[in-house]
Amino acid sequence: MYELRQVDKHFPGVHALKGVDFKVKRGEIVGLVGENGAGKSTLMKVIYGAYQPDGGNIALDGTTVRFQNPRQAMEHGIGMVFQEQSLILNLTVMENIFLGYEQQFVKFGVINWKAMSEAARMQLAKVKLDIDPGMTTSELSFAQRQLVELAKVLTLEERIDGDLVILLDEPTSVLAKEEVELLFNLVKDLKQRASFIFVSHRMDEVLRLSDRIYVMKDGAVVDVVSHDEAEVDAIQHKMVGREVDKEYYREQKQRPYDAGKVLLTFDGVSCDKRFEDVSFALHPGEVICLVGTEGSGREAILRTIFGLETPTSGSVAIRNQKVTRFSARSGVDAGIGYIPRERKVEGIVAGMNVYENMTLSQMNKYANAGVLRVSEEKTLARNWIERLGIKTPDVYKDCGGLSGGNQQKVVLAKWRSGGAEIMLLDHPTRGLDIGAKEDVYEMIREMSHAGVGIVLVADTLEEAIGLSHTILVLKDGQFQKRFDCAPGAKPSLYDLVHHMI
Amino acid sequence: MTEVVAQTAPRASFLTRDRIIKWAPLLVLVFLTLVFPFFEWLEDLQEGKQHLFLVDSRFFSIRNAARILIASTPALMVAIGVTFIILMGSIDLSMEGTVSVCAVIFAFAFISWGGTLASWAWLAIPLALVVGAVLGFINGLVHVRLKIPSFMASLAMGFVGTGFALLLTGGDRIRVEDEIFRSLLTVRWFNFPIMVYVALAMTLLAWFIQSRTTLGRNFYAVGGGEELAHASGLNVTRVRLMGFTLAGVFFAMGALLAVGRIGIAETATGNNFMFISITAVVVGGTALWGGIGGVWNTLVGVLIVNVINNGMVVIGLPSYAQDGVLGLLVIIAVVLSTDRKSVSFVK
Repeated sequence: MYELRQVDKHFPGVHALKGVDFKVKRGEIVGLVGENGAGKSTLMKVIYGAYQPDGGNIALDGTTVRFQNPRQAMEHGIGMVFQEQSLILNLTVMENIFLGYEQQFVKFGVINWKAMSEAARMQLAKVKLDIDPGMTTSELSFAQRQLVELAKVLTLEERIDGDLVILLDEPTSVLAKEEVELLFNLVKDLKQRASFIFVSHRMDEVLRLSDRIYVMKDGAVVDVVSHDEAEVDAIQHKMVGREVDKEYYREQKQRPYDAGKVLLTFDGVSCDKRFEDVSFALHPGEVICLVGTEGSGREAILRTIFGLETPTSGSVAIRNQKVTRFSARSGVDAGIGYIPRERKVEGIVAGMNVYENMTLSQMNKYANAGVLRVSEEKTLARNWIERLGIKTPDVYKDCGGLSGGNQQKVVLAKWRSGGAEIMLLDHPTRGLDIGAKEDVYEMIREMSHAGVGIVLVADTLEEAIGLSHTILVLKDGQFQKRFDCAPGAKPSLYDLVHHMI
Repeated sequence: MTEVVAQTAPRASFLTRDRIIKWAPLLVLVFLTLVFPFFEWLEDLQEGKQHLFLVDSRFFSIRNAARILIASTPALMVAIGVTFIILMGSIDLSMEGTVSVCAVIFAFAFISWGGTLASWAWLAIPLALVVGAVLGFINGLVHVRLKIPSFMASLAMGFVGTGFALLLTGGDRIRVEDEIFRSLLTVRWFNFPIMVYVALAMTLLAWFIQSRTTLGRNFYAVGGGEELAHASGLNVTRVRLMGFTLAGVFFAMGALLAVGRIGIAETATGNNFMFISITAVVVGGTALWGGIGGVWNTLVGVLIVNVINNGMVVIGLPSYAQDGVLGLLVIIAVVLSTDRKSVSFVK
């Protein structure tokens, strides 16, 4: 009933969707899997009307439709349950459920709260949630909020004549195991009322729940498998589309690190509730990868190393010097470089040019009494542009106008040129295309050869395994297990997942 | 290094959106300097008088240019001060109070220490600058330490300043009649009074600070990405404090030129600076959310505002129409310079 035919979507420099055919039948649960950057989220946005495709068409029960915005899509029965929870926390549950559709309860310009509350209770019953609709949303648990979002989307049932298509974007990422069961049972129950599109990183869940599974890679659908034929290995194979080979992660270039010296030690460090009692040592040339699910404390550990968080107990030492002051300034002074996840937000200053971004953390080295030696800055920038192969017309180019991979290199150059010996990388390859990813892997190896100690939070487990000397597995802020990852003797995905979830 | 990654080269078209936005203020200024003589020409044509376009214009003359520049100089100093703050993504609305206090304290000190620049009274000039710096610093402290939004902190400090100035003067006007000090206005080099050259020198100094010092670079970094600036080890608090202090010094400079221009210091010396300076900064193309723009934008903005003010007088528009036109101008400038596709909601 809902169908995408040969849908194309371009962004500047990226062909995000390449002739995608996609179909949802009545009462069906369709799984959608793919690596980060495979085009899943773009496809979702096309489906629920946030993006308009620039080729191909969308058909509902055979008729071609075009959605200008999500609201129009909703009016045709297509609802989205967002991954980032989209409820407004300071409003009540019922206000959230009927947000934008309060008109039905309005008489003489006044909202009839009682009627709204009744109606909300009815919606909540659909998702088997027994809470007071007048509660403030912030008081709910994550799982409850997820269900409220689902209830909100299910209000379409009363409003729309036709069939419903509901998109679930990573609905289980914040849920505990029992809650996931609950959600799945609910979705199965709701199958008579609506079709579902289910997007998740957790392959086993997709396999269990979906009737059919679409596998995406590089903006195209590479395979459609039915529930009975689905096999994790085969799907993973197609998602990656290549042997997850040693070549890709530059494994042959992995050299043993210098175990004689220590750059950084964590000794029983805890930080509030984000992580507890974590101990490890980082050596020159070592790549340590922190592995765990979202919220397992990986990022908090990076931020603590850099000095953005102050540990509540335990001790941190850099080059055997105990750290007493935790601030970004002291982190920079101690030779730590931090490449955060959101390059646009925290990596480069858009509006500042290449050399200004590169010297941002070390301006005092290029200034006499506050007056900058701009020509030296430019020389430095030209050196690093050449060294890292940064694609920019000149040093005056606004960094906001560079591609993601090149922005990443500018940030890297910023820290490396400042002599950073400890590099903290948070998802350094997120949102990069494959070529740019390989560049980053190459750079990581290069830094490691130069004796830089690297703490990495990788985008995928394969990446973590491929790149690291040492893997530390975390779960809910607790240290689980340490793996040695010498080339040829790397742990398998299964070994890690086993300790993560 | 591996294979080169395919990526789109930026289109090398001549009229890019960025380029238009960058030069638009200057084009507007040129347009305005031509449009007012046109109105004059039109008027004389209707009355049947002999009038050669531009040559016979009262507006387009060196005398009038000097008039416009004289009127611009105090506002330019104040606007440059607030430019630094807006570059950081904050705002400073304390200029009226600061200008009044600096003007009044300068006048009192100047008169009581001798009343002429040839005596120790010259010390009143550095004193005024220091007072400006201190007021700016307090302003910054209130904003940074008490964590009050800069808009509210500075607005409140501005009122405190105006009140304090009134307390000092008791409502009186203080005349500064020293010949040497007034030579700022009375002595002309190449048709323009000295105060124009002083303002030019200060503008060059501001440009130097903006483009060649760590402080200036820090303003852009904080405005472009405060989180990032912090994560790069910048002391953002310190940058903000120094920004407000520097703005205070430029406000004081504006006060000195304002007193030099009319020879009187009073509580009302600071009046109107807020609207004129913020208008000028915005019209000049400095983005209110920080990180984009600078001193030259502000210079063009101040000139646009003053050319309009002057031109409307020359062609005989009533004065109440002028404020209305300036208000509209701000809205148009912001509309033109905002990439509204990238911001879906504005608070």
